[in-house]
Amino acid sequence: MSGVFSPTRAKIKERTLRTDKWWLQPAITFGVLFSFVIYATFRAFENKYYFSEPLISPFYSPCLSTSCEPGSALAFFGQPFNNQYFGIGISPALFILIFPLGFRMTCYYYRKAYYRAFWMSPPACAVAEPHTKYTGETRAPLILQNSHRWFFYAGLIFNVILTWDVILAFRNEDKQWGHMSVGTLVFLFSTTMLWLYSLSCHTCRHTLGGRLKHFSKHPVRYKAWTIVSALNHKHPTFAWISLFGVAGADIYVRAVASGAITNFYFF
Amino acid sequence: MARMINLRIWRGDSKEGGLQDVQVEANEGEVVLDVIHRVQATQMGDLAVRWNCKAGKCGSCSMEINGKPRLACMTQVAAYGDEETITVTPLRAFPVIKDLVTDVSFNYKKAMEIPAYSHPDELAPGEARMEQVDVERSQEFRKCIECFLCQDTCHVIRDHEENKKSFAGPRFFIRIAELDMHPLDTLKNRKRTAQEEHGLGMCNITKCCTEVCPEHIRITDNAIIPMKERVVDIKYDPARWLGSKIRKRDGI
Repeated sequence: MSGVFSPTRAKIKERTLRTDKWWLQPAITFGVLFSFVIYATFRAFENKYYFSEPLISPFYSPCLSTSCEPGSALAFFGQPFNNQYFGIGISPALFILIFPLGFRMTCYYYRKAYYRAFWMSPPACAVAEPHTKYTGETRAPLILQNSHRWFFYAGLIFNVILTWDVILAFRNEDKQWGHMSVGTLVFLFSTTMLWLYSLSCHTCRHTLGGRLKHFSKHPVRYKAWTIVSALNHKHPTFAWISLFGVAGADIYVRAVASGAITNFYFF
Repeated sequence: MARMINLRIWRGDSKEGGLQDVQVEANEGEVVLDVIHRVQATQMGDLAVRWNCKAGKCGSCSMEINGKPRLACMTQVAAYGDEETITVTPLRAFPVIKDLVTDVSFNYKKAMEIPAYSHPDELAPGEARMEQVDVERSQEFRKCIECFLCQDTCHVIRDHEENKKSFAGPRFFIRIAELDMHPLDTLKNRKRTAQEEHGLGMCNITKCCTEVCPEHIRITDNAIIPMKERVVDIKYDPARWLGSKIRKRDGI
């Protein structure tokens, strides 16, 4: 008998005496994140309907494989990967998804969300967890959560690439500049949210100024830290909105590329 | 206007105990501690409850109200519905002494394990000067009233008694953060000991400590996560480690 049922503690047989709907938030989190994982996995392996000039799904950008649809790869990166290894065909998404996925998996906010919703460690505050042993993030594999900053740096590179995709979305299907479609707005929203999610990140806050002991000696970094600190209050909100934004952008591109809808141009 | 409310109070000691139902009058504007005192005065003369300031500043009346760690003096009876039973129990992370009083000495032992502020040798008493921007981060943590609600709700020790040996808990992570961020503190290795001796790595950032803090200290965002990032600087970031060796900078 351990935890709240330890011999010296108050003898209360219930795991929690909370009377509110403490299970609702982890249940919603579980439902949404699980749905996203299923959808993202499906899309990562689908290997089609990810490009329709000028729009490329954020799940496939940058497209780095020789199997990329014509026009979808960026010349800057080229197409360094083959479409199959050891006789197994590999979707272009699989070469890149580890980076945004790793960024979210190691994110301090998502850690809270999935530790509660998936691992029930704990399911909610003052609700006894079901595990008999707990070592936290002190050993493998959870000690790898300390790699968050590396995924943050990679995420910034991806944000730049996705920003370039937004710029390209101001072209029409014939690659002429000066046009704008519904897809442009979808990409603009998605990428803006990704930037806000990245810039409000705890690692960003630490890198810009949090690690300092003397703010007064670094006024520019202090100013940057105060701005990021303000954004950091909204980090969970940006985490969710950007997740929906990316999924929404992919769903939109898939719908356009598969011919289900037409990408409407405002001008 | 007074009304009768249903109160369920845990009574007992470390060997046995249980919840007992009482009905008690509650007046408008009263807090849970008021009605507990009324029960003590009229129905349960030997009811043990720890309290002091009744103003949310001493941190004595920590208990669990409807399963949530709270200060009884800061919890309005009106927050609960007329028909709702208010259940009060002692803190469930610590050994119970009697009724609503628990033995929180674990926290004092942990406090003694944190090395104190270390003043620069070259500065005589009275010579220290700091700018406001350099100390305001630490000042947030000085608001702590040591109610230990954060310690009580932290599942690392609440749900795992065996972790108490190696885990200081959120209250002491803010103490460590306060000192590590202090512009004049000269003690080296606070980050390393936070991780290796005080169990910072066991925290999985579920933010319950922040949720229950009556002083609204952003324990996780402003203390624990920044300390985790500082630990990454010295233990898990080879680039930072190499940079610190080349430039010999620590605590810029």
